[in-house]
Amino acid sequence: MASIPLYDIAHARTGDKGNHANISLIAYRDEDYPLLVEQVTPETVAVHFGARQPSAVRRYLLPHLGAMNFVLDNVLDGGVNDSLNLDMHGKSLSFHLLTLTIDRP
Amino acid sequence: MQTLAVGCGAGFSGDRVDAAIPVVQTLIARGGPAALMFENLAERTLAHQQLIRRAHPHLGYEPLLEQELRPILADCLRHGIAIIGNFGAANPQGAAQRIVQLAEQLGLPKPRMAVVQGDDLSHAQGRALVKQHLPEGFDDARFVCANAYLGAFEIAQALQQGAQIVVTGRVADPSLLLGPAIAHYNWQATDWDALAGATMAGHLLECGAQVSGGYFADPGKKDVPGLDNVGFPIAEIFPDGSCVVSKADDTGGLVDCRTVKEQLLYEVHDPAAYITPDVVADITQAKVEQIGPDRVRLSGVKGHPRTATLKVLAYFDGGWLGEGEISYAGPNAEARARLAMDVMQKRMGQRMPLRFDLIGISSILGDDGGHMLAGMPTTRVTDVRLRVAAKHASLAPIDLLLQELTALWTGGPAGGGGVRVAKRQRLSNLACLIPRERIPASFQFV
Repeated sequence: MASIPLYDIAHARTGDKGNHANISLIAYRDEDYPLLVEQVTPETVAVHFGARQPSAVRRYLLPHLGAMNFVLDNVLDGGVNDSLNLDMHGKSLSFHLLTLTIDRP
Repeated sequence: MQTLAVGCGAGFSGDRVDAAIPVVQTLIARGGPAALMFENLAERTLAHQQLIRRAHPHLGYEPLLEQELRPILADCLRHGIAIIGNFGAANPQGAAQRIVQLAEQLGLPKPRMAVVQGDDLSHAQGRALVKQHLPEGFDDARFVCANAYLGAFEIAQALQQGAQIVVTGRVADPSLLLGPAIAHYNWQATDWDALAGATMAGHLLECGAQVSGGYFADPGKKDVPGLDNVGFPIAEIFPDGSCVVSKADDTGGLVDCRTVKEQLLYEVHDPAAYITPDVVADITQAKVEQIGPDRVRLSGVKGHPRTATLKVLAYFDGGWLGEGEISYAGPNAEARARLAMDVMQKRMGQRMPLRFDLIGISSILGDDGGHMLAGMPTTRVTDVRLRVAAKHASLAPIDLLLQELTALWTGGPAGGGGVRVAKRQRLSNLACLIPRERIPASFQFV
């Protein structure tokens, strides 16, 4: 069992709508997708983004694409028009998701 | 029936103005029916243009309009490539007039142009309608504008009646591609699967290079050839609404399953219900396949009946944002930056909540409340830039904040350098859904 960052096996992109962010997580290889489904849960993602205090994290599965989509509610400090964050869209959050580690057998 | 090809010339207001040239050359070389879309309106862009129009009634459309169209207008008109753009922003009529002038300057015959209208709800009647649907938070004194997201059918009808250029204000971004697809295939308002498929094709193209290698490169991990000359995308749309995404010939960039998947899910929430004014698209069964070099097919998108409502965004004066930065380097740099933070907090923190960032240590992942930075031990990093940001309803306290930041030059910790301060007006927004029959859309030739 090896602990690896998601960065090794998946890529991601963030989008914003109002005060919510979505982050896609896409496996490079189909065979790694079940690992993502098993270990990258809404709960682990909520903890990983704890500093941004999401009010809810939802996960949508897209097995045909080897992908999942996370929606993090109220993580943008008001969103593009209200936030004081330099990255008011939260666009750089995708690469933070990729630092989350999982166990690979 | 020949397949329709739609190219994208811009993915936001401020995109590269030379991007459309190779797209148009490629459309011409490939032959067949074609259209070119320009997506120039982010959430905020339109409200800014509304403010500009108030001060200058003949402006309020995309500031880069002329630069975008000048290099490609003659070729598009000559080869029958329709141009569809939301570059009308807050003043579609003004944009249309500007295009007429541009055509004259270029010695071209006056293009047949249509303007889509009905999205702007900033007038008294529209404002009352929006207020009715925003019982909480609607502040008359701070109201700036409201715009509805219109769909593709007005664009399609204008094209079917011979428009060579269609100028819109706010329409849903994917509708800029769906419009010409509806016109070409004569789809009906209930052809849900076809509408949904072409909507997702529009979604793939609406951010320009983001589907063709832009916003994707990660050296050594996701390499993109020729990123400096990234080609903008072209989608061939088929009669069932499926599409093949490629890009302009002789350009850099990359179209593969990875770039397409990233963009397919961009700004999507529930993938079973991607809602636009035209349709509710479901991509949970969608298939993405590489079918050739820089050619990816998207199929299997399902459509469900459109919703009874349209989304409306109302904008309000949100006061002012001020921000300032100062750098510290060498031994104990972070401790000195943190001391500067402490000075700012003590001098200004009572007047308004301040956000602090230490650029080089933590400037993105923390929240405005600063909980993350507070919990991090001071490091030995030797190159740190402090950023202070705040918002306030009035300008005077923001100016004071910027003065205080500037005063760190001489009154702050040792060795501070590179002070920069900036302020800007903020716009806050509220979204609501309004029954679509209350927001009639139309088009007219100009």
